[in-house]
Amino acid sequence: MLTKRIIPCLDIKNGRTVKGVNFVNLIDAGDPVILAKQYAELGADELVFLDISATLEGRKTMLEMVLKVAEQVNIPFTVGGGISSVADVALLLKSGADKVSINSSAIKRPELVNELAEKFGNQCVVIAIDAKQIDGEWIVHLAGGTIPTSLNLFDWAKEVEVRGAGEILFTSMNNDGTKAGFANEALAKLSTELNIPIIASGGAGTMQHFVDTFKIGKSDAALAASVFHFGEIAILDLKQTLKQHNIPVRI
Amino acid sequence: MKLIIIDYGAGNIKSIQFAFKRLGVDAILSNNIDEIKTADKLIFPGVGEASSAMKMLKESGLDKIIPTLKQPVLGICLGMQLMCNSSEEGNTTGLGIFDVAIKRFSNAVKVPQMGWNTISRLKSDLFTGVKEKEFMYLVHSFYAENCNESIATTAYEIEYAAALQNDNFYGVQFHPEKSGLEGERILKNFLELKIKN
Repeated sequence: MLTKRIIPCLDIKNGRTVKGVNFVNLIDAGDPVILAKQYAELGADELVFLDISATLEGRKTMLEMVLKVAEQVNIPFTVGGGISSVADVALLLKSGADKVSINSSAIKRPELVNELAEKFGNQCVVIAIDAKQIDGEWIVHLAGGTIPTSLNLFDWAKEVEVRGAGEILFTSMNNDGTKAGFANEALAKLSTELNIPIIASGGAGTMQHFVDTFKIGKSDAALAASVFHFGEIAILDLKQTLKQHNIPVRI
Repeated sequence: MKLIIIDYGAGNIKSIQFAFKRLGVDAILSNNIDEIKTADKLIFPGVGEASSAMKMLKESGLDKIIPTLKQPVLGICLGMQLMCNSSEEGNTTGLGIFDVAIKRFSNAVKVPQMGWNTISRLKSDLFTGVKEKEFMYLVHSFYAENCNESIATTAYEIEYAAALQNDNFYGVQFHPEKSGLEGERILKNFLELKIKN
């Protein structure tokens, strides 16, 4: 049976992990390769690296990091952040990334989704969507959730599915950082209305939140950062809890 | 051991090359027919769309060569699918090494299947030391039906072939290079398969 995926997300700036990472027995908590290896050993099903470098130099360092991760880590990983062209994606995939996550560039030029799916296959095209619920309506936002667009979450998600997205990574700006749980109502609607996998993001605080996003939110995968990085939730414990709730996991 | 990854322009070859490097083997990338013939073992990778990948194989003449190889050949993901008779993806013919057709999952399930699923009914030296219901990473929208050449099965919508074997030809639908230590064990088993003279 296909299992639900648990995905730690690492923010990368100039080739180093940012945000505090507080793991036991880590030689260098800022080294994404060491962290990635550790997560793979601890039972993570996939990893996401989000490049938040603003400079060209930073992006080059990101490519080197991708190569090193591919060399040493034996689980799949996605790279996102600042990807805007077919050429960008070609370089990342050539360096060993399994998937790329596209956000603003797809909003600015939706044809990019078609081009990527056609050239590399839809299995490697993850469309990340940041959305905020305003007066009951889910509005897609740009630039890390700061700038509202005119797009409705569900319409946009359906459009990128038709254009060739292989997966949706939905972050609820209302939930992100709250540790109060995932946006399960919107997630369930996405999962029901679309026929591609949905990754839940934003709001993870407790193990019960993961149970809920798989049961109520019908998510196919759940992504989180700080609860894993600060050791608040151990992936193995989480998977055991999910299993006790009859949620299929790789354990 | 001369291990060649057939590099015909389709797929995430780096990951496969790195996986073998972790096992201590330097795999050579090649699309040169003469060189391919000299390999002890071969990997036939593939990610992407079937009919365009088949077109690339035809352009390079590899479509004629691969079925004649006598060495152990391991097809991975789309590589495995191209070794079958035909694929519904782009309605293409395949290399005809495995006597089975590739079909698409229906929309009763999410497509692509993406993630870790279990493999069962293991019957091949490829799986020495791998336990029943071990988890492997899969990403695909098309599948090979269960058939006489199945050496492992998995289930998503229906039970289907997770791996195939016909004589010296092996194929796996999952990605052993991305399936943790157990995936690496399968690659190691492939390296250790006896070569027939």
